[in-house]
Amino acid sequence: MVTALKERTTMEATVPVQQINRQENILSINNLEIFYGENRAVNGISMEIEKNAVTALIGPSGCGKSTFLRSINRMNDLIPGAFAKGEIIYEGLNILAENINVVALRKEIGMVFQRPNPFPKSIYENITHALKFAGIKKKSQLDEIVEESLRKAALWDEVKDRLEKSAFSLSGGQQQRLCIARTIAMKPTVILLDEPSSALDPISNAKVEDLIVDLKKDYSIIIVTHNMQQASRISDKTAFFLNGDLIEYDHTEKIFTNPSVQKTEEYISGRFG
Amino acid sequence: MEKLLPAQNRLLKSKSSRLGGEFRGKLFVILCAVIMITATIAITIFLSTKGLQSFTKNGISIIEFLTSSKWDPTNKANPAYGVLPFIFGSFAVTILAALVAAPLGIGGAIFMTEIAPSWGRKILQPVVELLVGIPSVVYGFIGLTVLVPFIREHVGGLGFSLLSGMIVLAIMILPTITTIATDAMSSLPNHLREGSYALGATRWQTIRKVLVPAALPSLLTAIILGMARAFGEALAVQMVIGNVRDMPNSILDASATLTTIITLNMGHTTYGSVENNTLWSMGLILLIMSFAFILLIRYLSSRRKLR
Amino acid sequence: MNSKTADRLATGVFITIAIMITAILAGLFFYIFVNGFKYISFDFLTTPSSNVRAGGGIRDQLFNSFYILLITMLITVPIGVGGGIYMAEYAKPGKITDLIRTCIEVLSSLPSIVIGMFGLLVFVNTTGWGYTILGGALALTVFNLPTMVRTTEDAIRAVPQDLKEASLALGITHWHTIKTVILPTAFPAILTGAILAAGRVFGEAAALLFTAGLSTPRLDYTNWNPFSEQSPLNIFRPAETLAVHIWSVNTQGLIPDVEAVSSGSAAVLVISVLIFNLAARWIGRIIHKRITATK
Repeated sequence: MVTALKERTTMEATVPVQQINRQENILSINNLEIFYGENRAVNGISMEIEKNAVTALIGPSGCGKSTFLRSINRMNDLIPGAFAKGEIIYEGLNILAENINVVALRKEIGMVFQRPNPFPKSIYENITHALKFAGIKKKSQLDEIVEESLRKAALWDEVKDRLEKSAFSLSGGQQQRLCIARTIAMKPTVILLDEPSSALDPISNAKVEDLIVDLKKDYSIIIVTHNMQQASRISDKTAFFLNGDLIEYDHTEKIFTNPSVQKTEEYISGRFG
Repeated sequence: MEKLLPAQNRLLKSKSSRLGGEFRGKLFVILCAVIMITATIAITIFLSTKGLQSFTKNGISIIEFLTSSKWDPTNKANPAYGVLPFIFGSFAVTILAALVAAPLGIGGAIFMTEIAPSWGRKILQPVVELLVGIPSVVYGFIGLTVLVPFIREHVGGLGFSLLSGMIVLAIMILPTITTIATDAMSSLPNHLREGSYALGATRWQTIRKVLVPAALPSLLTAIILGMARAFGEALAVQMVIGNVRDMPNSILDASATLTTIITLNMGHTTYGSVENNTLWSMGLILLIMSFAFILLIRYLSSRRKLR
Repeated sequence: MNSKTADRLATGVFITIAIMITAILAGLFFYIFVNGFKYISFDFLTTPSSNVRAGGGIRDQLFNSFYILLITMLITVPIGVGGGIYMAEYAKPGKITDLIRTCIEVLSSLPSIVIGMFGLLVFVNTTGWGYTILGGALALTVFNLPTMVRTTEDAIRAVPQDLKEASLALGITHWHTIKTVILPTAFPAILTGAILAAGRVFGEAAALLFTAGLSTPRLDYTNWNPFSEQSPLNIFRPAETLAVHIWSVNTQGLIPDVEAVSSGSAAVLVISVLIFNLAARWIGRIIHKRITATK
């Protein structure tokens, strides 16, 4: 296993960028079921998540898309009585397994939530909080990462003069970008976004969307959204969930122009949901 | 970060992670929880063992202990260990205090939630909180210097009496009852009020026929908690009740309770003597009563959930 | 009587009750302060008490009260906060959690005289320490622990789940999240609760009668060696607190100026408790302002 992995990384390095197979996957989900006590919220779904792409999960409320998203970095562990069966393969490991170090996993699979949730600390500390815990203590290095991640999150110019101010002094949209910045600072491979702009005004929303498209060159992104337009604007692939089932999963263009399942079309055209 | 390591090394649990702060932190809080369990069990076991000694070691009959009204432990020839007068005293002051404090407390709660929810609450809430803050010895001291002489001169008797004990305790448990009753009344759903008013009921009719019945289990809980406090209160009662060993004949007679006899005699009886042991048996009665109050409250809260 | 009249009458009764409760408090405060203030002087606060003569002060009792409070809080706060963290963050619904809840309920409903008896049995007789400050503080810990645990648990549960998730999602461990995100956010509420609990501990007497005792050795305030007999800092010496003093001079005292000493002491005691209450409210309000202003 280890050698196979090494081979893959060396191969990657030699293949010219243009020829990278667009089908390369970062996550493989096999027959995933998620339960809340007696209730099954996700009914055995299987899908591949592409690397360096934006994958959108859509569907009406309660369809299991958020539950699925939260299982990818084991946030469901926090909910008493929640458990998952099946496999989510990441880097050759089933991350649902008992022996996975969830703390290390969450460093690589970061998450941004529906409502901006900065820490009640300064802007600077919001980003360094987790870095310090991960062992980065040097001021110069921290400064560097703070600037880099704020730039990537398109927030640097707005906050560079007030890094010591409370994160609560920022607008909602800025707070959400700060939350994205602090996730980026951990240099994850996958970023999970749970309706990241549903609590924002249209202008902030647009900024966050631009940012997401920008980020996919470095990260693999999975986004749950209620907003059809958003899914069609920013995602490469779209998965439609209904009542815990994965109804259809395909290229976004295909889903929005010519879905193969009747239900998908009905949902996208707004007939229910 | 550190992606150069193979996935196994990065993502699987390793032994070293157990020794980190995570593990120590969890151990610490579990230890704290264990301390609480240990303390409770230790109190129960120690006090039960010690409290039973007067029956097991000194051969006092439990029946006599609980039912005889003759208390004369210092009589060398023929000591008597009947604590009925004190049990009676404890229950008497507790029930009397509740009879006074319950209407006042629930009335105060209704005033805060129904009559003047805005300004009334702003005034009465801090008043109640300040009443809670006054230490029980201060209540006892004021009872001793104001209430006792007042009763002696204007009502009759010595002043040291069940009546004084009742009044002091009633004031002491008033804030407990008021606070819990207020919470109970204000957590009633608004549609109860609206429904009743919509039918043309007056405020008083709404309170009496709809709100109080709906909140009844919680209001009873408030009264029971107040009584539990009164039953266990020692110093304030001890300072005003007179501490005599006889059964009181009227509310103006001096009396004694389990707590006051313990307070008074624990210090000047020899540890291990029969008289001292009977004090521990009285302590055991207090412990059992406090469990009984908990059971009563649990019963009420289970009834509340059924609704 | 028609329903309108009954309604008016009832309203009158409720208003009367409210006035009565307020009047009781006003009366108590008036009596305590009017009677107490005239005895409070610098001398009163700084002279040692006397067992037989008039003119004694409350220097040692005052010191003892604060010192026992300090020791009690030093023991209670870590255990109480730890227990609260356990209940809010680690306890899974089940038998053990139910057992702990029952224990908290039992501890909080025990009469303080019973806790004092337990203290006498364990911290005085079994350990062979005799009446000590430490024994008193441990008894008060039993008395205070349930409050501290509940306060902490409520404060932690009031911390938005969002914040906890944010920290965990960044790959921070649960304990580090508790330490650096949850506790700091819950801190104001825990502090307010701790100060209120301190007020309660400060006025407690019944649990101390048989644990810290009714006497204080002759203290030498220049002696800071905590192992010396005369040192006020020695935790293995008996110590009569202010609340216990009020009780003992009234029930067992021989001094002629009982009324003066206890009036003065009662006023000092109530003022101290009042300060604790006001401090707790004040801190609560400041923090509340800070949070609402920035959100």
